[in-house]
Amino acid sequence: MARTVGFFTDTTLCIGCKACEVACKEWNQLPGHDPKFLDSFDNTGQLDDQNWRHVQFIERSTGNGGVAWSMMSDVCKHCSLASCMEVCPTNAIIRTEFDTVYIQPDVCNGCRDCIAACPYAVIGFNEKTGLAQKCTFCYGRLQNNLTPACAKVCPTQSIKFGELSEMRTVATARLQQLKAQGVSDAQLYGEKEYGGLHALFLLTDKPEAYKLPSVENAVLPSRNNARGYLASVVTAVLGVLGAVVAFRQRGEG
Amino acid sequence: MPQHFVAPPLWAWYIVWYFFLGGLAGGAYLLGTLLRLNGDPRDEGVARLAFLVAFPAVVICPILLTLDLGHPLRFWHMLINSRTGGLNFKYWSPMSVGAWALLIFSFFVTVSFIEALFGAGWTRHSAARSIAGGLSGAFGHLFMVVGSLFGLFVAGYTGVLLSVSNQPVWSDTWALGGLFLASGLSVAAATLAILARSRADAVSTERKLSRADRFFVVLEILLLAAFFVTLGTLAGRLFAPRWIVLWVLVALGIVAPLVLNRVSGPGRLGSPGLAAFLVLLGGLALRIVLIFGAQM
Repeated sequence: MARTVGFFTDTTLCIGCKACEVACKEWNQLPGHDPKFLDSFDNTGQLDDQNWRHVQFIERSTGNGGVAWSMMSDVCKHCSLASCMEVCPTNAIIRTEFDTVYIQPDVCNGCRDCIAACPYAVIGFNEKTGLAQKCTFCYGRLQNNLTPACAKVCPTQSIKFGELSEMRTVATARLQQLKAQGVSDAQLYGEKEYGGLHALFLLTDKPEAYKLPSVENAVLPSRNNARGYLASVVTAVLGVLGAVVAFRQRGEG
Repeated sequence: MPQHFVAPPLWAWYIVWYFFLGGLAGGAYLLGTLLRLNGDPRDEGVARLAFLVAFPAVVICPILLTLDLGHPLRFWHMLINSRTGGLNFKYWSPMSVGAWALLIFSFFVTVSFIEALFGAGWTRHSAARSIAGGLSGAFGHLFMVVGSLFGLFVAGYTGVLLSVSNQPVWSDTWALGGLFLASGLSVAAATLAILARSRADAVSTERKLSRADRFFVVLEILLLAAFFVTLGTLAGRLFAPRWIVLWVLVALGIVAPLVLNRVSGPGRLGSPGLAAFLVLLGGLALRIVLIFGAQM
């Protein structure tokens, strides 16, 4: 039965346990890359073909000489207006009956145009399979009326799953609660960006701090079609005219 | 400054060479057409060379694109929907449009190549004779003009393809399509100028090509200026120390036709040839730095 599903990730509840990363890899049979020993507790680095959930550890100055961590479990946003889907030449990237964005592995030919387009660096290229890969929103689990693995295991309920409209309601209520408690920086990300995301985030800093483009910068690749082609057409006209003039002049000798 | 949090698509050498050869093929076809339609009888030899050059370039292009795919045997998914069996065509996706344009342009190039082979006396096959006969007169002219339009598209859409993304540099400018097209025309003129040097009857054609090339590099200079202006401070990432040598080659490829061709003459043999060679190197260097530089 068709549903419109969504995630709501409340970063104020994330404790950085990475249970979501582990559950995602377990369920989706992702072997993962060799661990990286980065500056913080982050040992996966980014979202890519093997990391469909990635917990960011963001260090912030508290203003009194101390440092605080912000943690956020990042994931594909399943944008309503998806850049990856827009450019995909093979139509391998589709919108499912759950309104999520899914890469059909039997159709993708590994051209990687979607990777160039995704503004959230979600999609990675799997060298072994030759495919572009990303979070499927646990498509198989959705088809069997199950909660996606990451949301299922999250011990603090930082990751919530449900109908998108319900997630929006929950997110708005939580935002109001935090504002009432004096968390003035709290803001909701994903209501306006790319026609509305299917993964909402409650943030306590500006989006850029979490590697999320601001709403003004959340733009689709196709914005450059008209002006790019126009520049080409003008160049073509001038180039042809130039060649015509050059070829008409009498060659010497 | 626009925000970018994207991952690079890891397009590398196959794409660099495709962009270079696509520009060469499209430019050569156009110049061959214009030499025939707009030149004099002495230009026919080089016009034929243009069609002969466009063919191998355009044959290599789909091979490079296929090798670049993660699943090369699924190259046909670019054109046909493997689920429905219908055609895949998305006018808003330059990669989709480009796949079709390359296929159609290949048809024009192949037919013109066979006609050129026949015209050069390299084949007397009846099919080649029929094609050459069919392309004589007004229909042949129309055929070349339509083929040239596809050639222009193939030479320039690659820049638009880069821009229609969310990658830093590529998506922050509107100039790449025009820049690749101007560079492709310049590369094609330089290639034909080099080849024309092997023909005793092509001295005047070589000079015409050099004149055209000077115009193309002026266009290229203007578009490079537009490119840097639109990028603003983002352009800085293309000037990391590792790219400096390539930018020097780009500059030489632009300056050479303006300077060397002018000072050439009796006693300075080789300058136009050197200029053309530098144009080719510059055209390749431009694509290398724009493709690799933006992905670093």
